[in-house]
Amino acid sequence: MSDQPLLETRHLSKNFGPVQALSDLSMHVNAGEVVALAGDNGAGKTTLIKAISGVYRPSSGQVLLKGREVSFSSPQEARESGIETIYQDLALADNLSIGANIFLGREPMTKKFGFLPVLDRKKMADAARSTMALLDFHVNRLDAPVSNFSGGQRQAVAIGRAVYWNAQVLIMDEPTAALGVPEQRKVISLIHQLKAQGRGVIFISHNLQDIFAVSDRIVVLRRGVMAGERRISDTSHDEVVKLMVGG
Amino acid sequence: MNEAPPASSGHVSPPADHADKSRTLVQRIADLRAWLFLAALVVGFEIWSRTAFGGTFIFNPFNITSIAIFAVAPLLLATGQTFVIISGGIDLSMGFIMGLAAVVAAHVINWAAPTMGEPMAVLFGTLVAVAIAMIPGFVNGLLVSRLRVPPFIGTLGMFGVARGVAFLLAGGTTVPVKNGFFAALGNGRFLGIPWIVIITALFVLVMHYILSQTRFGQHNYAIGANEQAARRAGIDIKRHLLRLYILSGICAGLAGVLYAARFTAGAAQAGEPLLLDSVAAVVIGGASLFGGSGTIFGTVAGALVIAVIQYGLVFINVEPFWQFISVGVVIIISVLIDQAQRRISGGRQSE
Repeated sequence: MSDQPLLETRHLSKNFGPVQALSDLSMHVNAGEVVALAGDNGAGKTTLIKAISGVYRPSSGQVLLKGREVSFSSPQEARESGIETIYQDLALADNLSIGANIFLGREPMTKKFGFLPVLDRKKMADAARSTMALLDFHVNRLDAPVSNFSGGQRQAVAIGRAVYWNAQVLIMDEPTAALGVPEQRKVISLIHQLKAQGRGVIFISHNLQDIFAVSDRIVVLRRGVMAGERRISDTSHDEVVKLMVGG
Repeated sequence: MNEAPPASSGHVSPPADHADKSRTLVQRIADLRAWLFLAALVVGFEIWSRTAFGGTFIFNPFNITSIAIFAVAPLLLATGQTFVIISGGIDLSMGFIMGLAAVVAAHVINWAAPTMGEPMAVLFGTLVAVAIAMIPGFVNGLLVSRLRVPPFIGTLGMFGVARGVAFLLAGGTTVPVKNGFFAALGNGRFLGIPWIVIITALFVLVMHYILSQTRFGQHNYAIGANEQAARRAGIDIKRHLLRLYILSGICAGLAGVLYAARFTAGAAQAGEPLLLDSVAAVVIGGASLFGGSGTIFGTVAGALVIAVIQYGLVFINVEPFWQFISVGVVIIISVLIDQAQRRISGGRQSE
């Protein structure tokens, strides 16, 4: 693996008026690495990912993707550059199929009878099947709306969309929060697969067990600043909690 | 867990899709409920007709054409309404946009006929009326998309505006059209089928194509189900809603023109009783007023159910007030089926 990180922030700051939500934050994610982002509520985790994914413009500092500085004015631009954010409230249209969700907003078209433009449902279904297979999620009802699937399966669809569009960096905001325990395990296994595919993952969670199960490194924020960075193998739950609450 | 394939140990595989096949059968039936309603109604009227008069109801071509003509205007409004309701909105102004278009078509055709000749005047009047009908649609779209006015309120305001303008343009009365070509269009037939039914059928097919086969239609469903998801997927929601309400105006405009053709007169109140029928047709046809579901063919069935009830009750000589009761009962049953279906299929509308 090259020594150049996949994604890097340098001295990133963001203030909302007088409120300093994030200050001087430098971190990086390598290819094939899962970095957990931990911290109490209001510690700046969400501000950080929004500054990376184009929702906010940073007040100062840089974001670098594969060593090149980037500046996104919208989440769409970030997505086109390969940074995909998967929100905890699942940005899926429940009434549409997996394929239609993967292609939502960029549907493929084909020609019927040689002239009539129609949605290419076959391509969408094929993409859904192959992408879901890549995530070890085997569906045989590709025309069913995603509301028929369980929470973990829907999370897989959201991840599958990112994978299909070849996202290099996946930012996952509390991907396990709304799920039962067995489903959480499945999402953790999905993250392992993303890692094995050489993608970078930023994983936000309150659940230390999940963090220790899946991450390579942990970055702890407290009141908008870096409180500490540890390799998972070199740290313990107690130490992380201490970093989070301070003292 | 289910019969998830035994993956390599230590690795938890997401389970295979375990959706129950029998659910889809229930869903299919529920999706077709409007057609089942229609079939039941036709059979019911047929039996009544044979026992009471010893004559046929549905095998009489006169009855079929009458029902089809009856259904034209509500169906045209309902196709536009289907799009709007799927997006999670509603368009209450359609009835008076239809009246406005009918009045405009009558005036323009009368005015243009001496210079253009009758057929060209009809074409010109139709285009002008539909173009005029797009204006209130455009304003509705602006209100809903840019100014974030709830569709119910925004289009209710436009209901009043379109009503007033239509009556002003009509001078408070109906505007007769003196144009033989227009009258032939409204009352003539081609191979035994009324022209206005043919025009409506073609238009409905185009609308079905737009809803089911284009990005516009796909985005319409997505916005109705989860607007935030649609926005995050990069869909331009403002632009979509603007075009959506203009489309709804076009449907109302065409309904107005065909009304004027059928009665060779434009009347501001042409669509007044049809608005709620159009909403009812959409709901009977299987769409959810919460948005996100519905089809054009379902709406066609819904509009035919209403037309068959209204025509059939007159045919079997029942007091006309029973129409309201019957249509009302069908709407309620239809919504109950919809909710039962959601409960069975584990829908998430309560989220």
